[in-house]
Amino acid sequence: MLATDQRFGLDRRVRLPGTLRLESGKHIGGVEIGYETYGTLDADGGNAVLICHALTGNQHVAGADPRTGRPGWWTRLVGPGLPIDPARHFIVCANVLGGCSGSSGPASLDPATSEPYGMTFPVITVRDMVRAQAALLDHLGVGTLAAVVGGSMGGMQALDWAVAYPDRVRAVVAIAAAARHSAQNIAFHEVGRQAIMADPNWRRGAYHAGPPPAAGLAVARMAAHITYLSEEGLTAKFGRALQDRDAVTFGFDADFQVESYLRHQGLSFVERFDANSYLYITRAMDYFDLAAPHDGRLAAAFAGTRTRFALISFTSDWLYPTAESRRIVRALNAANARVSFVELDSPHGHDAFLLDTPAMNRVVDGFLRAGE
Amino acid sequence: MTPLRADLAAIADAVPAGARVLDVGCGDGALLAALQRDKGVDGRGIELSGANVAAAVERGLSVVQGDADADLADYPSHAFDVAILSDTLQAMRSPETVLAELLRIARTAVISFPNFGHWRVRLSLLAGGRMPMTAALPVPWYATPNIHLCSIDDFRALAAALDVTVEGATFLSRGLRLTWAENLRAERAVFILSRG
Repeated sequence: MLATDQRFGLDRRVRLPGTLRLESGKHIGGVEIGYETYGTLDADGGNAVLICHALTGNQHVAGADPRTGRPGWWTRLVGPGLPIDPARHFIVCANVLGGCSGSSGPASLDPATSEPYGMTFPVITVRDMVRAQAALLDHLGVGTLAAVVGGSMGGMQALDWAVAYPDRVRAVVAIAAAARHSAQNIAFHEVGRQAIMADPNWRRGAYHAGPPPAAGLAVARMAAHITYLSEEGLTAKFGRALQDRDAVTFGFDADFQVESYLRHQGLSFVERFDANSYLYITRAMDYFDLAAPHDGRLAAAFAGTRTRFALISFTSDWLYPTAESRRIVRALNAANARVSFVELDSPHGHDAFLLDTPAMNRVVDGFLRAGE
Repeated sequence: MTPLRADLAAIADAVPAGARVLDVGCGDGALLAALQRDKGVDGRGIELSGANVAAAVERGLSVVQGDADADLADYPSHAFDVAILSDTLQAMRSPETVLAELLRIARTAVISFPNFGHWRVRLSLLAGGRMPMTAALPVPWYATPNIHLCSIDDFRALAAALDVTVEGATFLSRGLRLTWAENLRAERAVFILSRG
């Protein structure tokens, strides 16, 4: 591999050849994928690791986001001397199809009209995201992946990889994930979508010439953010502490620190995320159910698999609780798969997978090295 | 590398090379790791303690956090050659069901347990009038996970009642193998069972 090969490096983009057939039956052409690579692909191509990002993540897993200047979102797990190490691995991370960080999504221009797709962008699924990643790997010359690693929606993609391309994935690490969206997961997403759609600036998704539905997207983010934390964590961080005041104001300002924190989370999110992308990606997650094509029998989705699996859940994660990981473990045991599973202690709720969890790093490191 | 504890070595002796092995209650995976290294087995484990599971996965083993009382039902029949239950039977809510499940999942089950018929155990109750604490049973009654202790003769009776075949047995005291009066003299027993 030449160091000057323009396919490799930070902040890359590729237009996939041909059209992508979507799970809905529709086709989409001219698909662009924003991605980054770290490390060097071995001569035998055996050291490729695909990292899949969560709902609001992006391809900048270990390098700074050039748009915001923020460091990579998984620098605790990915980097020199870490379990996923560019010295050992050829690391690929791509913005998902439907995203807003370099890959084709509702904010992209429709080649047919030269206008932003808006709500004419086809509804996509997790499988469609995975197929787009597979097309990217074809472009990069990666055949079989040593591992696919992801947390939350990234973990769903990792699991789906093993189902969609069983011969192309040697190992899957799915952290704080599930094999399907529960009624509660769907319900929270619907609150977020309705907040966006209720914003008068949303204008049925055709807001690109005017102001975006920032208030609606901020509320969606605030509601979702609560689901990423635990009650224990919120209590420890904020309790009932007041924000820059000694007493409540008998009004509707952000009297409480937790209100101020959530408002900040909502406002900073709208600067980096497209509201329509939020609709499309949450929809893709809601549609995710690996057992659905098998009459609800999850084990059948993994029948005959030779992939090794590691599943990790966190004690205080109520969004994708341990029971969801256990359901996957049961199915993998029934399919006679090589599976490891551990529930790790953390007070940080669903977000634990992004935070400092030395135990998670040790487990991922041991699991990956066992396959090398 | 440190040699395996005598009871673990007796278990390892019962595992053929290249076997598919399920170690139920595998702890930090010391036995599984030795079996993979020395006998090239295809090993899996179940372990209740998250810290132990993490340690086992760090060793590169396929181990799931789970409870043998509940989770063995998830495994398909005849999926393994050997199922190992090392120093765990006496902590099961339903040892009888667990034994039956092990022999549904695997052709051979290797079971090790502390012998409650050992003379020190008998003596501490008879003479001391206190619940026994011995090398094999080091934890006081109020803190022990052991809820279904049995003697070697008790275990033989259960095997007969379940209509399983005892293929072999090793009896240990202070790491040495015994050949007579084991129900009185052995601290620990390792049984090899197969379906009747």
